[in-house]
Amino acid sequence: MLNTNIINFMGQRKIASIVSVFLVLGSIVSFTTKGLVLGLDFTGGTQIEVGYQDKANLTEIRNHLAAAGYENPIVVHFGSEKDVLIRMQGKPAAGLSDNVLKALRASQPSVTLRRIDFVGPQVGEELREDGGLGMLVALLVVMMYIAIRFQYKFSIGAVVALMHDVIITLGFFSITELEFDLTVLAAVLAVIGYSLNDTIVVSDRIRENLRLLRVSAVEAVINESLTQTLGRTLVTSLTTLLVLSSLFFFGGELIHNFAIALMVGVLIGTYSSIYVASNMLLILHLKREDLMPPEKEGAEFDDRP
Amino acid sequence: MNNYPLRTYLFVLIIVFISIAFALPNIFSADPAIQISGQSGEMEINQSVMDDITTALKDADIDYFGTKVDGETGILRLTDIDQQLYAKQVIQKKLGLEYVVALNLAPTTPEWLTRFGASPMKLGLDLRGGVHFLLEVNTDEAISKQMDTIVRQVRTAMREEKLRYESIKLVKRKQIVAAFKTKTDADKANSIIRQKFTGITRDINEENGLFIIRSKMSEPEIKKIQDYAINQNLTTLRNRVNELGVSEPVVQRQGKNRIVVELPGVQDTAAAKRIIGKTANLEFRLEAKPGSSNREKFSFSDSYVRDRGIKDAYLKRTVVITGDHVSKASAGYDEKGTPNVNISLNSQGGARMHRMTRNNIGQRLGVLFIEYKVRTKYNIDSDGKKIAISERYVEKKIINLATIQSALGVGFQITGLSTPREASELALFLRAGAMAAPMYFVEERTIGPSLGAENIALGVKSVSIGMFLVIIFMLLYYKIFGLFANIALTLNLLILVAFMSMLEATLTLPGIAGIVLTVGIAVDANVLIFSRIKEEISNGLPPQSAISAGYDRAFVSIVDANVTTLIVAVILFIIGSGPVQGFAVTLSIGILVSMFTAIIVTRALVNLSFGNRSIEKLRI
Repeated sequence: MLNTNIINFMGQRKIASIVSVFLVLGSIVSFTTKGLVLGLDFTGGTQIEVGYQDKANLTEIRNHLAAAGYENPIVVHFGSEKDVLIRMQGKPAAGLSDNVLKALRASQPSVTLRRIDFVGPQVGEELREDGGLGMLVALLVVMMYIAIRFQYKFSIGAVVALMHDVIITLGFFSITELEFDLTVLAAVLAVIGYSLNDTIVVSDRIRENLRLLRVSAVEAVINESLTQTLGRTLVTSLTTLLVLSSLFFFGGELIHNFAIALMVGVLIGTYSSIYVASNMLLILHLKREDLMPPEKEGAEFDDRP
Repeated sequence: MNNYPLRTYLFVLIIVFISIAFALPNIFSADPAIQISGQSGEMEINQSVMDDITTALKDADIDYFGTKVDGETGILRLTDIDQQLYAKQVIQKKLGLEYVVALNLAPTTPEWLTRFGASPMKLGLDLRGGVHFLLEVNTDEAISKQMDTIVRQVRTAMREEKLRYESIKLVKRKQIVAAFKTKTDADKANSIIRQKFTGITRDINEENGLFIIRSKMSEPEIKKIQDYAINQNLTTLRNRVNELGVSEPVVQRQGKNRIVVELPGVQDTAAAKRIIGKTANLEFRLEAKPGSSNREKFSFSDSYVRDRGIKDAYLKRTVVITGDHVSKASAGYDEKGTPNVNISLNSQGGARMHRMTRNNIGQRLGVLFIEYKVRTKYNIDSDGKKIAISERYVEKKIINLATIQSALGVGFQITGLSTPREASELALFLRAGAMAAPMYFVEERTIGPSLGAENIALGVKSVSIGMFLVIIFMLLYYKIFGLFANIALTLNLLILVAFMSMLEATLTLPGIAGIVLTVGIAVDANVLIFSRIKEEISNGLPPQSAISAGYDRAFVSIVDANVTTLIVAVILFIIGSGPVQGFAVTLSIGILVSMFTAIIVTRALVNLSFGNRSIEKLRI
């Protein structure tokens, strides 16, 4: 029954642990010192996106806005050199868009208004709280589900892998100073779903093999299970990355960061389902006996013809 | 081996057909259209109105087709979207400002499809352009306003019962503290409050030689007032939004005290905000004596003119009370069965009304409806181009002028209304005049029409390219099995779109991202199954058994993996708002559908191709 080309994944587990710990600590350090560049959804404020026919001159726009009485607006290119995002603090006064457009049209008559967003500070604060709460609830519910379906050691393994993925994805956004808005939060939560998917498929196979291969050591069983699922892990990551790159390149600026967050998450998630979750099982001294009680429960599934 | 019973194939086929039928309306692109309705319910849109419009359009050289009238609204389609704005101007000018002329997109779903309820997906604001407002209703204000009224009514009640009180005052705008010298007085007051004022709690104590009754609004009463305030503001907003001439506006309560207003197609936020924040009011004034210097001429409302044939009347300049004194208004019928509007004034308004009417029995009292309106005027600029200018103006019309039969108090009726609809609209306007609680904007988003169209194009492009890449990869990697997976994937998208159309869910840009992610995840189930089959073959199982074992063994993994992703999607939906929810909806539906397509549909295809025959070697 044993395959001949079993890759010794767990042989590298020390190196993998060091890499993971390094990445997680680096993310936490960046997260606590630099923080995240929060988007309008979370900070509150006003932003206006305008479109130019040709390349827009940001300094000129800043000067026009300052002349019209808007102090210290943040003016950046958005997506392309023709689109400009203007961000201001506070609430838009009546006629803000008209005034801004008027100020800008003075030098460039062809400016068009693409969108205006205003988010009140209390809404931003609520979203921040709800977002954090959502992540915690998602982690807890998932942990319970795995503890019921598998065993608590798998549950700890999966959740450690999830936190590993989420922390590194957030760390990536902190280090690269990419804007973290509501869609990125959704992406991070989707990463939780995806990474879990991967981890569960691997765990499932480990459980199956532990019962099947009664002679091998746990480490050997894990290696064999990882080798068996490697093809599937890579193919799925590849197809998901294919569609995400399509979103990244063709989906437009509004979901650009969403695509980046998911791509980072999928890459890290693929790595963590191989090295982190399984590693945790070894660290927690997973034994064959651990899976004895749920065997009765799972029997009806495994014994299907 | 590897065969499904006939009913399973039939079941798959039926699902496919139903999905095609419900997804189909999405491929018919909508026609640019103009929708016409009256500003009030009493105006009828009939064929003669439509004939006026079509003549005007013919004169302006605008091509139209498919006019339709149903008495309340009329709709006509245009061949050229570039003429839509111009057509709106032409029609508005022809019909005048009493008519609401709105830009619309009329679906071109064929009748045989609409007959069983199939309709295209709704597009979110980020895909069609428009304005989104989130308003917060200050319900605390409504409660203190109500407490203000109650404390005055309590004082009046005590005076009427000749009960002497030390003091009755409102503390911190939420607690009434009434002090009495003797216990008998306090007990008597307590029973009066119990009888006359439901919904407030009472608590008697002796403090520093005085007997104190402390009253607070009860929790259910607070909730009732909050709900009343929100609902009243919702009604007011809906009423106002309808005047904006927007097709398919959304005015919805969100959470405890917020209201979402979405106006597709609207670009002028300033105008939209002015109208949403618009105030209408009422004034009650006595009729002026002929020749008096203290008088002002007003015209009657349209229905009053139509029913009674009088055009205008003179009222005194002095205002008895205004709509701000109206605390409640509802439509009803009087003893004779004619429609009326029941009005409750607050105590201050009641007292003033009583004073004024007591001394003027036999004279006539006029109800003046005041509206702060915005109209669009067209000016010709130096280039000879027309520019639209929004301008504010005040419109005052008499809606009722009736003889005072007896002194009026807090509650009275306005009679002499011709239809129940008119009564309910007047009540609605009166309520609108007395907005239950102040509101302010907490979120505001405007998406330009070009950005909306661009987002649709980007969404379609990224879904198609993403899917194309996955399809090519699956074909190269799994050959014939890849083809099965691709058919399943296409079907997955089809059913997803059909589901979204059936549920009348709104498609947004994050929703499209959810669909793209679904494409990635949906093939995962097939990848799991196929790699398992590969493994079983390399373990030495014969092809037929390997297929069977592959599907069975992968099943548990697929269910576990999908259930956990689904848990995350559901949590996203519950805690998220707007954009996150859109993503969660498409992702959850996508996952559920993928379980069906990736497992049952591919199995059906595999069984059809390989079942019941002996295969030597399986290329997978």
